[in-house]
Amino acid sequence: MINSGSNPMVTVRRLIVLALLMFGFGFALAPLYDVFCRVTGLNGKVTRNGALTEAVAVDSTRQIRVQLIAVNNEGMPWTFGPEAGDLLVHPGEQRLTHYLARNPTSELMVARAVPSVAPSEAAQYVHKINCFCFESQSLAALASQQMPLVLMIDPQLPQHIRTITLSYTLFDITPEPRQPDAAAARRIAL
Amino acid sequence: MRWVLTTNHKDIGSLYLIFSLVMFLTGGCMALVIRAELFQPGLQLVRPEFFNQMTTMHGLIMVFGAVMPAFVGLANWMIPMMVGAPDMALPRMNNWSFWILPFAFSMMLSTLFMQGGAPNFGWTFYAPLSTTYAPPSVTYFIFAVHMMGISSIMGAINIIATILNLRAPGMSMMKLPLFVWTWLITAFLLIAVMPVLAGVVTMMLMDIHFGTSFFDAAGGGDPVLFQHVFWFFGHPEVYIMILPAFGIVSQIIPTFARKRLFGYVSMVYATSSIAVLSFIVWAHHMFTVGLPLAGELFFMFSTMLIAVPTGVKVFNWVATMFRGSMTFETPMLFSIAFVVLFTIGGLSGLMLAIAPADFQYHDTYFVVAHFHYVLVPGAVFAIMAGAYYWLPKWTGHYYHETLGKVHFWLSFVGVNLTFFPMHFIGLAGMPRRIPDYALQFADFNMVASVGAFLFGFSQLLFVYNVIRCVRGGDRADARVWEAAEGLEWTLPSPAPYHSFSESPDCDMPMQPGGR
Repeated sequence: MINSGSNPMVTVRRLIVLALLMFGFGFALAPLYDVFCRVTGLNGKVTRNGALTEAVAVDSTRQIRVQLIAVNNEGMPWTFGPEAGDLLVHPGEQRLTHYLARNPTSELMVARAVPSVAPSEAAQYVHKINCFCFESQSLAALASQQMPLVLMIDPQLPQHIRTITLSYTLFDITPEPRQPDAAAARRIAL
Repeated sequence: MRWVLTTNHKDIGSLYLIFSLVMFLTGGCMALVIRAELFQPGLQLVRPEFFNQMTTMHGLIMVFGAVMPAFVGLANWMIPMMVGAPDMALPRMNNWSFWILPFAFSMMLSTLFMQGGAPNFGWTFYAPLSTTYAPPSVTYFIFAVHMMGISSIMGAINIIATILNLRAPGMSMMKLPLFVWTWLITAFLLIAVMPVLAGVVTMMLMDIHFGTSFFDAAGGGDPVLFQHVFWFFGHPEVYIMILPAFGIVSQIIPTFARKRLFGYVSMVYATSSIAVLSFIVWAHHMFTVGLPLAGELFFMFSTMLIAVPTGVKVFNWVATMFRGSMTFETPMLFSIAFVVLFTIGGLSGLMLAIAPADFQYHDTYFVVAHFHYVLVPGAVFAIMAGAYYWLPKWTGHYYHETLGKVHFWLSFVGVNLTFFPMHFIGLAGMPRRIPDYALQFADFNMVASVGAFLFGFSQLLFVYNVIRCVRGGDRADARVWEAAEGLEWTLPSPAPYHSFSESPDCDMPMQPGGR
């Protein structure tokens, strides 16, 4: 109990410390949020990236429908979409597919693709080998790119999950151009 | 200059109450702009951009400028007298806590006249609407929130230190009046969550001005993080806005039922349980953002659980009145109306707690009906009940009783006319925060607007009654109300500027908890 007999200043000092700790806690919530999501797997964030070190047995008794979708963030002018929107895969099977991106503007641009998986419980069972770069993908003016992606659904996927949706959202992270009229530079060149 | 430099808890209490009344009328005018526009379908009176500023500012002013300062004002006036202390623990910090507020709110109200207009993103100011897409005035909004937060935190520290350290000898914790208990618990909630609010608006400031991406997905952040951090503050905040009301009503009902409060100990435990539980329910404001099933279930169950201690309190108030010898002066009318109408608000809250059902109710007028029932005939009625109850102690005069009753009945009819139809239009699908609506919602919107104007103008009776009471009226004695019990009623009316300079003897038989 904070009660300290008759000296209020002890109480006051302890409460000030508590207020400061709660302020720190508020800021700590930002990284804690990510930690919580990672620990519980409850986030749709795909964490299994990189090459598979061991072969996994294919479970041919099950078929999982994998839907691939692409979303452009507001104002992002690229055309961006999956080569195949719907795949039927067996758990354990490695499947190659592609995403297609085109920069229709007259300037070099850089994009970042952020993935998300639904349902969120399935996220920890989706293995992706990043064959296209999440952090920054640059495309010159009017250039296109076919970006390969290898997917493998872990055979440990719970039985009740039969459809998984993998979504990429494309963000424009081109560094600010130095010319005065940035909008003109981004105008789509037909 | 007395009012600028005062460190006296009675003066500062009066300053808070006057400030809160002015803010209540200001926020009320904004509500009337809203209801005037919504009186009929179509856009007649204001542009949608301005309408959004009205809904935002109405919420901010009522929450931070009317309800919270009113409770702090009542706390300042009554807690030292109730515990037998000569003043608050830190009288000079008390002065600063108050004087921050007029500056903070002047800054916030001045945003109405700035380029781009006032904040227009709702009182809950979700990112990115309040970061990427906000008007330039958002920065002043953030600074105003910082200032209000500092004021609240300092006030809460002062209240806890007063209650824990300045009680007169013999005033043990379990003899404290319920108003003191509920304020003690509220003050802990304030210290726990106001800094989190300060954190979230600082994160906003950094996203807007310093290139961070707390809430921006493009930079690796998450808009849903904003909602989590905001509501981690926001849910305890709404309990901060109701717990002192529970305390006020727990003082008034025993007085006018001439019967001791039923279940004092369970009231203390129930209030503490509500406060503790309030930290683990926040995502019930976020059922529709895409939480995983486990999260939806957890928050649904924890929210339903809060209904239990709340129900204990409601039953205790009713049990207090059972077989009591009741009279119905104005404070009692407001208190009984509180018990009934707050319960109605609580029941709609229970409906909202059911996560799958909430998918239909979320962001509709059903939510608006719920929180206005718990805040208007809830918190505001309790504040008015407390004002009527304690005005004779503060001023030495009785207020005009008939005028008080008229104010009560007009407010009661007005409040129900305004907010009850909102349950139905919400269930029928009318969204929140819209300046125009589909034709099927027209009739109930018209009724609600009529009720709003009735309620709004009735408050002028209260203003008149308060001013009249301050300036004169029938002389009140120390006890004021026949069956009032507690240390504050041993002081003369008006209470002397400096009271309990010498500690009173609390072993005399007049403790509200143990009598």
